[in-house]
Amino acid sequence: MTAPQTLFAKVWARHQVVQRADGACLLWVDRHLVHEGSHHAFRKLAERGLMVARPDLTIGVVDHYAPTRGRANLSDPAIRRMIETLGENTKLHGIECFGLDDPRQGIVHVIGPEQGLTLPGLLINCGDSHTSTHGAFGAIAFGIGATEVAHVLATQSIWQSRPKTMRIRIEGDLGPGVSAKDIALGWIAQMGTDGARGHAVEFAGSAVRNLSMEGRMTLCNLSIEGGARCGIVAPDETTLDYLIGRPYAPKGDEWVQAAKQWLALRSDDDAVFDRDVVIDANQIAPIVTWGTSPQDALPITAQTPYEADLAPGQRDALDYMGLLPGQKLAGTPIDQVFIGSCTNARIEDLRAAAAVLRGRKARVPGIVSPGSMLVKRQAEAEGLDRVFIDAGLDWVASGCSMCVGMNGDTVAPGKRCASTTNRNFKGRQGRGARTHLMSPAMVAAAAVHGALADVRPLLVGRDAA
Amino acid sequence: MSGWKFHTGAAVSLPFENIDTDQLIPARFMSAPRSEGYGKYLLTDLRYGSDGKPTDFPEMTGATVIVAGRNFGCGSSREAAVYALADFSIRVVVAESFGDIFASNAVNNGVLPARVTSDVIEELMRELAHGLKPIVIDLEAQELTVSGRTFAFDLDPVWRQKLLNGWDDIDLTQNYASELDAFSQRYMAEMPWIRPSCDGRI
Repeated sequence: MTAPQTLFAKVWARHQVVQRADGACLLWVDRHLVHEGSHHAFRKLAERGLMVARPDLTIGVVDHYAPTRGRANLSDPAIRRMIETLGENTKLHGIECFGLDDPRQGIVHVIGPEQGLTLPGLLINCGDSHTSTHGAFGAIAFGIGATEVAHVLATQSIWQSRPKTMRIRIEGDLGPGVSAKDIALGWIAQMGTDGARGHAVEFAGSAVRNLSMEGRMTLCNLSIEGGARCGIVAPDETTLDYLIGRPYAPKGDEWVQAAKQWLALRSDDDAVFDRDVVIDANQIAPIVTWGTSPQDALPITAQTPYEADLAPGQRDALDYMGLLPGQKLAGTPIDQVFIGSCTNARIEDLRAAAAVLRGRKARVPGIVSPGSMLVKRQAEAEGLDRVFIDAGLDWVASGCSMCVGMNGDTVAPGKRCASTTNRNFKGRQGRGARTHLMSPAMVAAAAVHGALADVRPLLVGRDAA
Repeated sequence: MSGWKFHTGAAVSLPFENIDTDQLIPARFMSAPRSEGYGKYLLTDLRYGSDGKPTDFPEMTGATVIVAGRNFGCGSSREAAVYALADFSIRVVVAESFGDIFASNAVNNGVLPARVTSDVIEELMRELAHGLKPIVIDLEAQELTVSGRTFAFDLDPVWRQKLLNGWDDIDLTQNYASELDAFSQRYMAEMPWIRPSCDGRI
């Protein structure tokens, strides 16, 4: 009898090509996703005169620099060069690329799952830290740097030391207006942004089983913000329901064969994790960040840390954010909102925000950038675009947009933005920008009030979606 | 890339936790070609105000070693954060902990992420409280010396070998080409559905 294994160990074992005496493992890579930032890696390849080993397992997508407006006429030469370089590199190496004119274009971590390129049991790499998103399907998925991107391009494999394992079980039921974003910000606030460093985190428990794939993706997406190497959720019927019929997913007999394998991908009952954490879902409230690290997160009903409780660096964070110690979070006026990013721009996220905004006006400006052009099309078919537009928000095309500010969508210095994104780092949304992270429903509530606000009263008498 | 065993330079203390990769190099500079040199972008929004004048951020000119608070390099996978350090002539970062992807990127560029305990960080911060001081790093022995005092540091043994030898992963992997080839043939034969194939629909 073999020793009980974790889900992570099972998927790792399937990909291990070589294990050296020093512990380094060479792992096979099933999917390699490349975006505009890959230019450093393609240059390294060119310098060695190498071609991409497996263009059939490599997929390109324009997202980081994708304009969300005025796509027909790319006026910024640096942005145009970044996008054209990706097009040239993928064409040269025979890689399929979801370019700006492709109706399937969108954020890499949205379109992978949407197209059925992301599947359970795969090993997925991309030169982007939020690659952890794809772990929602029971894949090992993690971000890599440019040198590693060049290595994967050249060899379709990657060297890794095996991380430790951690399980975070979220048990119980989430309250109304509470979402996967709140679970994620909650555990990161509790354990710190390096709380899961060096660990692969499996998310389990009844609250995770009850999450949609969109929710699981949000949870795994943010695992990197807790320092984890990756996040992973065991595949189940919810996973299969999401994937069946997706363009790149297996079909017919192959689907049946694959689905059977996938459902066996779960941690054995007595598998041992290096760390095991339990969180009570019933205790989680809608959360907002107040500082400049995702760990600076508190329930919307709370106040910023009191003077006497300030940890090192928290004074500086409050100063940057223009907040005082002991200040109530609810009621803090905001200047704008952003709904988008690989964290929270899938159809369910847009529905959750629209459920709050329907029939209401936003008191501040803001933009809504769907996670992909197909999400945009679906939202329009459901009439969600009208809800956002009628509320006074801009409905724009898909890309990383104001999450990282590379495409020109930025928050001005000193301005305060309620945002569905993943990082409230200083300057992340633009130099001097003040970012408050929260769920799509909470951003919608902030838009309605023109201030940080608890979404729950706004949901009374309506479906939370 | 060439390997190295010793580094003799100057250490600067950055007494902050969670210095993330967006601080190390803000996103707006990342479309610049590397050939221009990324050193000028290092921590630029912390070191200089929007008026271009220096802030009260610790003076880093001349530093080749950074001593910083925990979780250095957390955040994005951008290797440009390491390019900014390397092009500024930083060869070593000493901290209690590092973002995983950052540390891997650092090693791939010959930059040493040296882990020490929080007690050692406190001692080093005290030593460096009034500005840069000479420092010697002995990579082979995993020791660093400031003001005649020597401290041990931790490093993944795989990374230590890579730094000492200046190994490049693509060269290393070519030694395993036959294993990789055999693996991929067996793997694809067992699970043919793994190769993505679009049925033409959107």
